[in-house]
Amino acid sequence: MSHSHVPRSITNTIRQVGRSRARPFHPTFQRAASTKHPRGFVPPTIDDLAELRERVQEFNRREIPEEVAARTDRENNFPSDIWRKFGEAGFLGITADEDYGGLAMGYQAHCIVMEEISKASGSIGLSYAAHSQLCINQLSLNGNNDQKERFLPGLISGQKVGALAMSENSAGSDVVSMRTTAKAVSGGWVLNGSKMWITNGPDADYIVVYAKTEPEKGSKGITAFILDSSAPGFSCARKLDKLGMRGSNTGELVFEDVFIPQENLLGQVNHGVRVLMEGLDIERLVLSAGPLGLMSSALALVLPYTHHRVQFSTPIAHNQLIQAKLADMYTKYRASSSYTYSVAAALDSAHSTPNNTPSTKDCAGAILYAAERATECALDAIQLMGGMGYVNEVPAGRLLRDAKLYEIGAGTSEIRRIVVGRAFNREHNERR
Amino acid sequence: MPTPLKILVPIKRVIDYAVKPRVNKARTAVETQGVKHSMNPFDELSIEAAVQMRERKNPPVDDILALSAGPAKCVDVLRTAMAMGADRSIHVEIPDAGQGQAELEPLGVAKLLATVVAEEGRNLVILGKQSIDDDSNQTGQMLAGLLGWGQATQASKIEFDDGDRVSVTREVDGGVDTVRFPLPGVITTDLRLNEPRYASLPNIMKAKKKKLEKKSLSDYGVDEGRRLKTLKVEEPPPRKGGGKVDDVDGMIAKLKELGAI
Repeated sequence: MSHSHVPRSITNTIRQVGRSRARPFHPTFQRAASTKHPRGFVPPTIDDLAELRERVQEFNRREIPEEVAARTDRENNFPSDIWRKFGEAGFLGITADEDYGGLAMGYQAHCIVMEEISKASGSIGLSYAAHSQLCINQLSLNGNNDQKERFLPGLISGQKVGALAMSENSAGSDVVSMRTTAKAVSGGWVLNGSKMWITNGPDADYIVVYAKTEPEKGSKGITAFILDSSAPGFSCARKLDKLGMRGSNTGELVFEDVFIPQENLLGQVNHGVRVLMEGLDIERLVLSAGPLGLMSSALALVLPYTHHRVQFSTPIAHNQLIQAKLADMYTKYRASSSYTYSVAAALDSAHSTPNNTPSTKDCAGAILYAAERATECALDAIQLMGGMGYVNEVPAGRLLRDAKLYEIGAGTSEIRRIVVGRAFNREHNERR
Repeated sequence: MPTPLKILVPIKRVIDYAVKPRVNKARTAVETQGVKHSMNPFDELSIEAAVQMRERKNPPVDDILALSAGPAKCVDVLRTAMAMGADRSIHVEIPDAGQGQAELEPLGVAKLLATVVAEEGRNLVILGKQSIDDDSNQTGQMLAGLLGWGQATQASKIEFDDGDRVSVTREVDGGVDTVRFPLPGVITTDLRLNEPRYASLPNIMKAKKKKLEKKSLSDYGVDEGRRLKTLKVEEPPPRKGGGKVDDVDGMIAKLKELGAI
């Protein structure tokens, strides 16, 4: 399937283009088979995963109690000592190679850790995902051995913070229309431009950055780089003051003649879209565990409350309309959860299949579904708590503010629907 | 040259401390089916104490052996113990233990442990002062009695001197009490002894490779005879609301009324 018949105006179709099968095999790539898992990966058993979930809950009990979550939200500040604690606990390299300190446990495991951290604090969960999935996994899948040795150990131990910068002020859904440029110079490239909405941007040490090496070529002129944030000319213009996910420090990044050395090229020149797309499906899958955590948190909040709150001599949980809401919240959570984990399980079990690509439809579908359900559940949580739910002493409001982000970040709900629709179009066109 | 320590750390799988326990329908025991369980918090202190002793290196620690007697799921807490730093573990399987009557009583546990100590050549046993389900606070003391060893219970600080003697500061009702005794000995842990480390995922993975032996009570030839019979288990009566007083005088009057002063 050639790229030329895709109209340039519908740049979202790039996503499908990235999925095309006629990808030339580059002998310089370090991974022999195009697999999403590290070498020697064995899918974890159900017991392994259950134990993992308990361990993360135990960690959260100690390190991310409600006070920490509330303070993070109130002060819009990420508790910086958490990175090191995550690193020591082994949470940061769930899908990375053991050679670099990772656990090579796969995507079901990553979703579980993400869900549980998100349950404790939506903001901390989002930053965790940006670091461990968007940055670390991207490097794991696309970096060469030298880059992995230089960057992964610090990121996995939590001594360095990671981020991924693709979106810009003028390039959100239409990310491929980005304007940041990378001009080839002796020994590397010089970057100029800015990025917006970058999670962990204000704190990051290592950032995966996308820029246009050949702007005239549009999507075919994008290249991915690894930026060390100490490079001169790089700065974080401001930390955004957001409605929700407060404390998951999000920034506007500025590049003024920032030099990136040759050895920090990620993937191939002008093939950045491929790096971008390889990551996008899995990012959506792992991020879909974020709303799951929020729904779980909402249930944990309202179930005791509705059973203690007595009006007209009865706990309100015994009233049918309340029971109905609880049932709806529960089934939405369980249905979303089943979707996410079944997609992750399929991805893990196909680990040894060459050219194993996760289902684009299902990755977009999982986060599309979970995110909208989470917002609904958060609204219900506030309603179930009545006046108390409307007060900031109680986390219900924060759950709503946090949940809403998941309908926007990692592709808006609108884009996700288009992705699924166009996947169908492509499948059916091919069959003709 | 101090004698190397061969430590035994018995641990118990109990209902998680954060769970609200409920009495079962028959009112014979606390409901344990489908309820979250974890390691007895005082036993976490024991494992942590043993691991810290190894890290201090003086005296050197040869071996930390964790042991649990109970149903099949005890392996979970043993794995956590190994993830925290125990070298190997023994699971003495007691099927159906956990619903009141089937559980070993403290004397039975102590007899089992005495046999294990002899078989495994232990010179130090560190136990939690009590388990949070039955709160017996007996096993450590009974074990020391059976072995004829010195004991220091409710430890808040443990120190070794170069001559194979242990100094233990204990928390007692009147304050603190320091005892010193030569090894071998039994120590039971109390809350302020240390802060148990979190068992990280990499350590849990490593723990899977550590040895976990399965045994049964008959292997140890222990008299597990039950001497206690639980007649009834009930929830405490619901708290009655207190009365409000207007000021300090009112409070003093109320206390006099109640005969408290």
